Amino acid sequence: MRFMLLFSRQGKLRLQKWYTAAAERDRKKMVRELMQVVLARKPKMCSFLEWRDLKIVYKRYASLYFCCAVEEQDNELVTLEVIHRFVELLDKYFGSVCELDIIFNFEKAYFILDEFLMGGEIQDTSKKSVLKAIEQADLLQEVAMIQSVVLSLGQ
Amino acid sequence: MELISPQRRTNNFWAFEFAPLASGVTERPAAEPPYRTIGSKLCVLGRKSFDGLLGHSHSGTRYRLQEASGEGRGGEYDHWRQHLGEDVFSDNGVSRPTNSLNPMKTIMAFERRWAAREVMGTQESQRETDSRRAGRIAGHESHPFECRARGDSGDEKLCGCLVRSLRSPASLPSNAAPPPRPGRRRPQRPQRRRREVRGAVRGKADSCWRLPASRRSIKMPAVSKGDGMRGLAVFISDIRNCKSKEAEIKRINKELANIRSKFKGDKALDGYSKKKYVCKLLFIFLLGHDIDFGHMEAVNLLSSNKYTEKQIGYLFISVLVNSNSELIRLINNAIKNDLASRNPTFMCLALHCIANVGSREMAEAFAGEIPRILVAGDTMDSVKQSAALCLLRLYKTSPDLVLMGEWTSRVVHLLNDQHMGVVTAAISLITCLSQKNPDEFKTCVSLAVSRLSRIVSSASTDLQDYTYYFVPAPWLSCKLLRLLQCYPPPEDGAVKGRLVECLETILNKAQEPPKSKKVQHSNAKNAILFEAISLIIHYDSEPNLLVRACNQLGQFLQHRETNLRYLALESMCTLASSEFSHEAVKTHIETVINALKTERDVSVRQRAADLLYAMCDRSNAKQIVAEMLSYLETADYSIREEMVLKVAILAEKYAVDYSWYVDTILNLIRIAGDYVSEEVWYRVIQIVINRDDVQGYAAKTVFEALQAPACHENMVKVGGYILGEFGNLIAGDPRSSPLVQFNLLHSKFHLCSVPTRALLLSAYIKFINLFPETKATIQEVLRCDSQIRNSDVELQQRAVEYLKLSSIASTDVLATVLEEMPPFPERESSILAKLKKKKGPGAVSVSDLDEGKRDGGGELNGAGERGPESSVVATSNTSTPSPSADLLGLRSAPPVGSAAQGAGSLLVDVFSEAGPLAPASGVNDDGFLSSEDSAPPLPESDELLNKFVCKNNGVLFENQLLQIGIKSEYRQNLGRMYLFYGNKTSVQFVNFTSTLNVQTKPVDPLVEGGAQLQQVLNIECLSDFSDAPLLNIRFRYGGALQNLTLKLPLTINKFFQPTEMGSQDFFQRWKQLSLPQQEAQKIFKANHSMDKEVLKAKLLGLGMALLENVDPNPENFVCAGVVQTKAQQVGCLLRLEPNIQAQMYRLTLRSSKDTVSKRLCDLLAEQF
Repeated sequence: MRFMLLFSRQGKLRLQKWYTAAAERDRKKMVRELMQVVLARKPKMCSFLEWRDLKIVYKRYASLYFCCAVEEQDNELVTLEVIHRFVELLDKYFGSVCELDIIFNFEKAYFILDEFLMGGEIQDTSKKSVLKAIEQADLLQEVAMIQSVVLSLGQ
Repeated sequence: MELISPQRRTNNFWAFEFAPLASGVTERPAAEPPYRTIGSKLCVLGRKSFDGLLGHSHSGTRYRLQEASGEGRGGEYDHWRQHLGEDVFSDNGVSRPTNSLNPMKTIMAFERRWAAREVMGTQESQRETDSRRAGRIAGHESHPFECRARGDSGDEKLCGCLVRSLRSPASLPSNAAPPPRPGRRRPQRPQRRRREVRGAVRGKADSCWRLPASRRSIKMPAVSKGDGMRGLAVFISDIRNCKSKEAEIKRINKELANIRSKFKGDKALDGYSKKKYVCKLLFIFLLGHDIDFGHMEAVNLLSSNKYTEKQIGYLFISVLVNSNSELIRLINNAIKNDLASRNPTFMCLALHCIANVGSREMAEAFAGEIPRILVAGDTMDSVKQSAALCLLRLYKTSPDLVLMGEWTSRVVHLLNDQHMGVVTAAISLITCLSQKNPDEFKTCVSLAVSRLSRIVSSASTDLQDYTYYFVPAPWLSCKLLRLLQCYPPPEDGAVKGRLVECLETILNKAQEPPKSKKVQHSNAKNAILFEAISLIIHYDSEPNLLVRACNQLGQFLQHRETNLRYLALESMCTLASSEFSHEAVKTHIETVINALKTERDVSVRQRAADLLYAMCDRSNAKQIVAEMLSYLETADYSIREEMVLKVAILAEKYAVDYSWYVDTILNLIRIAGDYVSEEVWYRVIQIVINRDDVQGYAAKTVFEALQAPACHENMVKVGGYILGEFGNLIAGDPRSSPLVQFNLLHSKFHLCSVPTRALLLSAYIKFINLFPETKATIQEVLRCDSQIRNSDVELQQRAVEYLKLSSIASTDVLATVLEEMPPFPERESSILAKLKKKKGPGAVSVSDLDEGKRDGGGELNGAGERGPESSVVATSNTSTPSPSADLLGLRSAPPVGSAAQGAGSLLVDVFSEAGPLAPASGVNDDGFLSSEDSAPPLPESDELLNKFVCKNNGVLFENQLLQIGIKSEYRQNLGRMYLFYGNKTSVQFVNFTSTLNVQTKPVDPLVEGGAQLQQVLNIECLSDFSDAPLLNIRFRYGGALQNLTLKLPLTINKFFQPTEMGSQDFFQRWKQLSLPQQEAQKIFKANHSMDKEVLKAKLLGLGMALLENVDPNPENFVCAGVVQTKAQQVGCLLRLEPNIQAQMYRLTLRSSKDTVSKRLCDLLAEQF
């Protein structure tokens, strides 16, 4: 996978993840172009399209478009399910996820994505193991949090 | 907006907004009143001590907000300010349970909700009020969600954000949202109900958002998921509240200034603040603004031992990579520490960071370490997974740094790992590595087959969490099938049998009824199926499976899922090229044609067109071309050009009679003239010129086509060219008499662009030659001011020259100059080349196109404009100092005088600004330009050159990477050489240059893997020469610079004009050339066969006339020819006396120029 974008129906980018190096300017241009192409498509159209030398696989969930760019020879349907699995992960973590969760907890969304995909390839397809990793991180975080509160109380 | 005293509070409306002052908030002096008004919003800051929050007595200050409109909608809200960190914290303190078992947990869970949600919830309420009011104004209670579902975006203007689309308050009771209850996990649950309402309206489209209740109820641990960076949440909501782009930028700049000052401040920031600010920077960056500071702080966070800080630090680095090497070193240090920590969580973070950044510096630092982690026995599974993918990323970015070693064999065995996650991660790595080093990873085939067979035969419950919607491990199955596609079919019969069994099972499963109606189930199942079909196609050896695959795809062609139709069309495209399934694919032609006509999605239609192209053969070409042509009339603009190319290619490839071909192309121009690229009409002209059986028909057809009142400019071009060449073939018919033809063409003249007009002018002068009766009319046209004084130089020059030519040249001269075009050399269709380029990686499509056009253009235009200009150009080049003087200055001896005055030189590429070559005498290596860094000529270059003395075409050079082919043709002192640079690898060559030590046009700098680049050299021999020009080729293959220099196989004998003469003549001339310096003689041993026929062929290839019955000894050969150079003609006579017994030759050459004799003698001595 070359990159993954999440953007809203209004064309606001919510999350971007790049798995290949590219100049920031090119990235912005690609994002703009791609959003235009995808947003212009009607609901019943197929989820795949050829764009530049890439294959784009996208799916819309409520107001949010999940859009992956994969190589020519990659399997489209599996990519579609990668998106779905990611949405499921978000959903389970945030508990009925919505776009706002992704906006306000963008860092969490990145962490979840990192646990699921790495360097553009699937790291683990099991929902349990991905969420376990995130939960462990949250537990660590809580410990740190309590420490800091206790500290501030002590002052 | 007014502040109303707390006593007058009404019901519980809690419109509360953080107005854009968050950064200010944190620094508000305590003395200021706890509220502030900004615009129409009121911001209230409660005062509350942290003690109160923990259940101590408190007295919250209550404010009531009311909208200035006086609608009576007001609300109360209790606010506290809490000094945890330094962020504003707000909460409804009233209902807080004070006896919570774990107050800290409650606080944190609560905080998170509030920090992030409360702000939004209030926005919603606000908006809800607005929209409800709007509804009332409109006279009905509009349901905001239904509005949206109908596509009415009336609410979107409110803030341009999405709060409503997901959290639309549609199902809220009209008297407002309930106040949050901290005891519940989610204070604002109503949105779930809302979502269900929406789901009902939208149907299945986003079913994921209504997960079944069972899955929804899975409990997350009650930890706080945000870590209470309320400053961040406030900032985000501020940004979202900004009404305009300017306001947003202002807010961001303010925040940036604040963060900058914090970072620069004297007070050392604690980890939390640092984290918060870094997070804010990240958010700003993700909004699309540039961030140029904060990297140092992020790196500091990396070395924190607190997980959260480390995590944010890594995130920042991953997202905002900086090439700053100093920084990279620091980052690398931190990563090194984390990798060494043996703490799996830290190790994973570090590995993620390496994979995300993936820079070369990181590869240098860690390429050795990561394989060790990957195969170490004590590595945790999760770390193994990360390490595998991290290594993959490094291998992709810097393959040279990842060295294969003993770890490779152990990596292959990860396929057998018990942990499915490890297998999933490892297989991506193994697939990539086997693509590059198939032999080293050969053992993976049998492992993959057995793993696959285990998965395929397992029941859907066997794999527990790796079963996805009743499909066992779809991702892993696809990856395994993909890995197998790196290899030929397994040789081991047992393995192969098992694999075929797997593939059959997969095909069988496709026929089974689905286990679930969910699209995810069918997608996962079909993903495996398509991957299996790809493998079957890759093997291309199992006719049974191929046909089954084709039938399966045939079913999908009519499936109701657009995605499946798309994929079936795409996959069938590759099936069509297999000999076993081509016929089976062809049976679906009607369905595919139907898809082309009826599919609503352009990308599906595109696939259908591709498939039609792929399944086309002689039997159905006419039908398919006709369908594609009729589709073109309504085709989408985006695919028209490609369609046109495809029609043109099919028409040419499967043309049985060329009149059909001409019809098709002319139709093409008529229907989609704008999309007919130059190549297409060049090609039709090339074909018409090369086939005399179609010329008359073509002339007649274009003549008819031109009679249409509006015809495309491309049609005028083709018409002008063809009538100019072959108008005479239809001139017998009075309806298309010469004058009628001319008037028809000229009636289009004024509507055309300059290049077309130029072409028409050339057609007119050809008319003068073909039909002398039109001379007066045409001269009249040429003479008129709009031509002869045209402001366009090209047109003016043509008009002037053609007018002059027609009036001063005799009919003989005219007939010679304007002789019918000679046939074009047969070679790969330039259209096909263009389509290939179009289909290839599109990164350079524009330059590709230019290149393609130039090639084609050079060929046709060069020929089409033969006649006065080309010689004019050539002359002007030779006689004026060329603009390449700076290049020439590199030479040891500066050029003295003009090369035209007998200097030994060649002019390569008459149409570019090439300069004359070498100074008058002593053309040696020093005389040639040599760019400093070009390699010395290869040692074998002389030998390679000698191969081409007696032939014009062949392979000049070949190594593992590159093949250089040559095709050349010579006439008199002119020549044209085509150099074909073939990339034999699958990787593209970049920065490809090929320079002669005379100037040439630059070639396309990229040569795609497997592709061929063509370079055309136009050559004029100005004077005799002995050294061949040097051809330097440089390009990058992978990382390595390739630099090689060859001698261009251009020798003086190429410009021979054979001269036939009788015995008497020959000896008379032989005697005339009796001066000692005029003769060159060599006696040498035979290196090759002395067979008479072989010798004859070689001498003929030399370019001289082989004279029979001249020499009294029939064993001897004599030849005569004239070397044509621009400066002079050099007559040459040759005599070759073989002595079969001694295996020796004596070769004698006599010519009027000593250098020519000597050079020819040297060249030829190597040939026999």
